[in-house]
Amino acid sequence: MTADTTTPRKTPVRAGAGGVTARPPRRRPASPARRSGWTPWLYLLPALVLLGGLLVYPIYQLGLISFLEYTQAQVSGGEPTTFQGFGNYATLFGDSQFWQVLLATVVFAAACVVATLVTGCALAVLLTRIRAVPRLALMLAALGAWATPAITGSTVWVFLFDPDFGPVNKVLGLGDFSWTYGRWSAFALVLLEVLWCSFPFVMVTVYAGIRAIPTEVLEAASLDGASQWRIWRSVMAPMLRPILIVVTIQSVIWDFKVFTQIYVMTNGGGIAGQNLVLNVYAYQKAFASSQYSLGSAIGVVMLVILLAVTLVYLRLVRRQGEEL
Amino acid sequence: MSARTLLRVRRPGRLAAEAAALVIAAAVAFPLYWMVLSAFKPAGEIQSTEARPWTLAPSLDSFRRVFEQQEFGRYFLNSLVVAGTVVIASALIAFLAATAVTRFRFRFRTTLLIMFLVAQMVPVEALTIPLFFLMRDFGQLNTLGSLILPHLAFSLPFAIWMLRGFVKAVPEALEEAAYIDGASRTRFLWQILFPLVFPGLVATSVFSFISTWNDFLFAKSFIISDTSQSTLPMALLVFFKPDENDWGGIMAASTVMTVPVLVFFVLVQRRLVSGLGGAVKD
Repeated sequence: MTADTTTPRKTPVRAGAGGVTARPPRRRPASPARRSGWTPWLYLLPALVLLGGLLVYPIYQLGLISFLEYTQAQVSGGEPTTFQGFGNYATLFGDSQFWQVLLATVVFAAACVVATLVTGCALAVLLTRIRAVPRLALMLAALGAWATPAITGSTVWVFLFDPDFGPVNKVLGLGDFSWTYGRWSAFALVLLEVLWCSFPFVMVTVYAGIRAIPTEVLEAASLDGASQWRIWRSVMAPMLRPILIVVTIQSVIWDFKVFTQIYVMTNGGGIAGQNLVLNVYAYQKAFASSQYSLGSAIGVVMLVILLAVTLVYLRLVRRQGEEL
Repeated sequence: MSARTLLRVRRPGRLAAEAAALVIAAAVAFPLYWMVLSAFKPAGEIQSTEARPWTLAPSLDSFRRVFEQQEFGRYFLNSLVVAGTVVIASALIAFLAATAVTRFRFRFRTTLLIMFLVAQMVPVEALTIPLFFLMRDFGQLNTLGSLILPHLAFSLPFAIWMLRGFVKAVPEALEEAAYIDGASRTRFLWQILFPLVFPGLVATSVFSFISTWNDFLFAKSFIISDTSQSTLPMALLVFFKPDENDWGGIMAASTVMTVPVLVFFVLVQRRLVSGLGGAVKD
């Protein structure tokens, strides 16, 4: 990782030209770095305008709506909006379905993250141990799964597990067992699809990381008689720590926000909402039953949880002494 | 120990590993194979309880149904326009922003970086509600702009975060040399830095392309009445019917939708792998 952790964070000018001072060039009286005043902000302007208008402002509005009474009547302008205080949150937290969905979301995301990481890391190690042809085959298959749009991936998996026409039930001899009927089997099916499309990112990233480890280190370990598991645990994993943190956090974020797979595969949240996760729950509350303020309150809850995850991530990064 | 002995010692283990890799590769590729196969199967075979892994009478009927569907070409074009605009605009804007946060020191720099990180965590789907009202107030509902703008904004934080490593990797001595040779800052930016960072831009664009191409939530929520502005995922949903799904049509439409992403991936594959390594290693 970056070695220059000693750089004081508040150096006013970085001498953009590599710290060479003196010798003022003739045609440019002030060195570029010293004139930098507004330049970075100019570069940042388009990004900040877009993010301000389409991310920060909507978040503010999301928070605002969650404190208002906002249903179809207010949208069409038939009734004035009224301030509810924490009324929407009280409704939400008093609803047992919310807690059920929250629990399902956390458990489901955790299962997805663990499955993705274990599969991705194991296959990354496998990739380092085989010759070019099988490696290319696995790499291409993984890229194919990665590239598949979530919506088509979801439909194909539903079809594979279709009780009437799918090959999986045929091979497993399950007859006309419906995977989407039961709560757990439906979640398991979605988990398989999520695993299928998200392990490639972990595999490719970790593989790229392993390739960056000097071969001597790994050879020395294997000559010393270390098993593959031991090499992973004692040599690779510690050296890959920064990469592992990145892929873990990315997976947590993605899996916590799973939307398309649940929405498509369980047809909007399953029978009687048995397969709802927070993201789909918020959407259904807002757009299916026009309770925009309740939907927004769920969105705020998700935002708070993910912010907490971010803080943990930042602490981990900081503890490594990495400079942002 | 010589390399030959090492090889001999490892051979049985390696063969087993290679066999495992091939089996896994086949399993991972199977859903895609089944998708393409089903798209080519004649109607009778798809809705049959036999579920054979091959077909003796490939047919283009399903594809014909997809392409003859009202305005399918239009949907495809709309998807291309949206994804293309987002990819190009987000690469340029993220490049400028990444340069600002890596090549300059200024007040609030660290704060901004943390904001970019936090912005990646925001559940985009939750923002559908306020964005819907925003688009309505600006008269953007039912336009491609309502899809381009949010996707552009949401792809930026990750793109900036990822490009940082690439911009950082360009030695500062190069910048210094350029200025000494009399290059202006703009010239350095576009003629020296930009080509050097280009591989990173490619790796980054994969992510913005995928998230935009795949989106069906915004398309479903913001394009509510003017179907000529719809994108591909909507064309796919047409084949889902309450009584009996048209699986042939679904699989053919899925194939058509997946192919461009696959092509894009294969094209940038090598840069993607090195790009990911570069981004996480800094």
